[in-house]
Amino acid sequence: MSHTDTSHGTSPGLDPRLGDSDIYATSAADTAAAEGAHVFNATGGDWDQLVDEAAALHEERIVVNMGPQHPSTHGVLRLILELDGETVTEARAGIGYLHTGIEKNMEFRTWTQGVTFCTRMDYLTPMMQEAAYCLGIEKLLGITEQVPERASTIRVLMMELTRISSHLVAIGTGGMEMGATTVMTVGFRERERILSVIEMVTGLRMNNAYIRPGGVSQDLPPGAIDKVRDMVPLVRKGIHELELLLLENPVLKGRTVDVGYLDLAGCMALGMTGPVLRSTGLPHDLRKLDPYCGYETYDFDVVTRDTCDAYARLCVRIDEMYQSLRIIEQAVERLQATPGPVMVADKKIAWPAQLAIGGDGMGNSLDHIREIMGTSMESLIHHFKLVTEGFRVPPGQAYAAVESAKGELGCHVVSDGGTRPYRAHFRDPSFNNLQAVSAMCEGGQVADVIVAVASIDPVMGGVDR
Amino acid sequence: MSEEKKDPTQATANSDVVGNKAQDAAADKGVGGPEQPAAEVAGPTLGTDADRLPAAPGTTPDPVEIGERHGMFGAADHGDTSGYGGLVKPILFPAAAVRPYGGYFDEVADLLERGLVGGSASYAEAVERVVVDRGELTLFVRRDHLPAVARTMRDDPGLRFELCTGVSGVHYPHEQGRELHAVYHLLSITHGGRRIRLEVTAPDSDPHIPSIVEVYPANDWHERETWDMFGIQFDGHPSLTRILMPDDWPGHPQRKDYPLGGIPVEYKGATVPPPDQRRSYT
Repeated sequence: MSHTDTSHGTSPGLDPRLGDSDIYATSAADTAAAEGAHVFNATGGDWDQLVDEAAALHEERIVVNMGPQHPSTHGVLRLILELDGETVTEARAGIGYLHTGIEKNMEFRTWTQGVTFCTRMDYLTPMMQEAAYCLGIEKLLGITEQVPERASTIRVLMMELTRISSHLVAIGTGGMEMGATTVMTVGFRERERILSVIEMVTGLRMNNAYIRPGGVSQDLPPGAIDKVRDMVPLVRKGIHELELLLLENPVLKGRTVDVGYLDLAGCMALGMTGPVLRSTGLPHDLRKLDPYCGYETYDFDVVTRDTCDAYARLCVRIDEMYQSLRIIEQAVERLQATPGPVMVADKKIAWPAQLAIGGDGMGNSLDHIREIMGTSMESLIHHFKLVTEGFRVPPGQAYAAVESAKGELGCHVVSDGGTRPYRAHFRDPSFNNLQAVSAMCEGGQVADVIVAVASIDPVMGGVDR
Repeated sequence: MSEEKKDPTQATANSDVVGNKAQDAAADKGVGGPEQPAAEVAGPTLGTDADRLPAAPGTTPDPVEIGERHGMFGAADHGDTSGYGGLVKPILFPAAAVRPYGGYFDEVADLLERGLVGGSASYAEAVERVVVDRGELTLFVRRDHLPAVARTMRDDPGLRFELCTGVSGVHYPHEQGRELHAVYHLLSITHGGRRIRLEVTAPDSDPHIPSIVEVYPANDWHERETWDMFGIQFDGHPSLTRILMPDDWPGHPQRKDYPLGGIPVEYKGATVPPPDQRRSYT
């Protein structure tokens, strides 16, 4: 290839010597068909002029499918947008692409095994589903008062850690969708600190199945409290870094201020809860309004803003993370001060073994194994029955709700007196809040759809279940 | 089916209350929340309640039987060696409550009764039964009157249940004539987090329940989900289409007569049946 002249930087495709051999060139037939067709020139003219031109031609409406495989739609969300130029005239959300029948599956496992299923719904807030589900079962069993205080404190600790990690993902991916990778890297860096604590306590980063009916599966391991104490200032610093990076950033403000507007009346009509509702100025938080797990004994504030837009939701999320850190500090103090059981005393409900992780990463309490295998046949039978058969829950129904990172996460559990849930229904906040996509996006620009959806923070695992 | 639905005017005697209390206690061990009113509490107020709630079958304290439980170990595919295979036990759901319901429940019921005056249906017509169980109030609403009740619940200043947190379907295939239940949970932010539950039933042969999307627009997707999963048709819904399952999906997956599905899994020569065919402890 001695004759190539790539040395002066020209692309071979533009080499004049290639002549007619350009396979991408338009054919004569194409050129003839294009004669007389209206030519849009998007490079020079005024935007208004272009829009007027499109309107004058009575063009068909353009319907665009955004998703379900679009990188900025938070998983497999399909947005059906009807466009008029750059303006969204109609927006509809199509869901169901991640429907896995978790609720149906739960009807075929024991009450305790159900935790393992529901934790996978909204995979960014696994603890919230576990807590709502277990609170519902405890109500059905009538043991709400018997759950040890330490178990409730650990639940609060884990839920607040989860809330921060969920908000960090919401902000991080939201930033990435707007083109700011640094927001994502900072967010995920801080989330990693939290996940490492959660991993130390539960054994898993996500899908923990840690909160169980009657308490939590095991006590905090040695060193966990110190680890949380070390983590809190670092995460606080990281959140502050995000705050500095984002809140006065002109690009970010340009993208989020007055975008995705939904006022209080709209929120109430659409049943919105969580940061979206609090961005309208209503301090609605189930942790204050209808406390569970002893939230009434913690000192924290409900954060609100009143501009009803995506920017307000971002601010609410950032401030909520600071409040969660406050709760975490108080919970850690209590856990340090009050040792005790982390599971109800009723041996018909509480699994007998406090797990001790062995060298193989799995395992059981060695004392317990010694007892059931060596000395007590009854203990062995009891263990076997409790794990394989499970416990019976008196017939009836209950509804328990927690303030998830996204809003009210409700769990409606029905028992027919058996060892398995007769019905377990989750009212996922993302499912409900996604209904607001139309109200937030219609009349705005296509680019604002991304911001508005990100400000709702839907997680399709929870939406579709 | 219990008697109460067939004979709404069935009189309540104190002895019945006492007799069934013991039954309740056996069926529902560990029931929390406000105490079921004892017989001596119900005694003096019974006359006035009977006046105020003329046809309310909610005053009958029989637990509601929703089905039967057979056997004990779930093994039906071979001979019964335990002797427990013939065991038949009724599945009893909490009985209707008698006044006072306790807490804010009486106030809510009174306000609803007052709010429905002058509307399409009186309280006694609209509310079929009141159950207070585990600290939660459930109003069984006759389906025709659901929109009126929902509207009153939302608009009455004393009730002001602003949020409807969706509808959850439940399928009770053994409850003849009321197999499908739609369960609505309402939350009042104004009144400090009060919660109540509305339960509406429909027979399998006529699975229609009026939509309350007009009152609570938030219920749009929730009703679509319940239609998708249970086949309950919400009349008046703006576009009742499937939401989670594909549009052409046959059947409604969350119904009890719809199989879970799954295939046997072979592992090291042994076969594990799919979850819905494994032995379950009934």
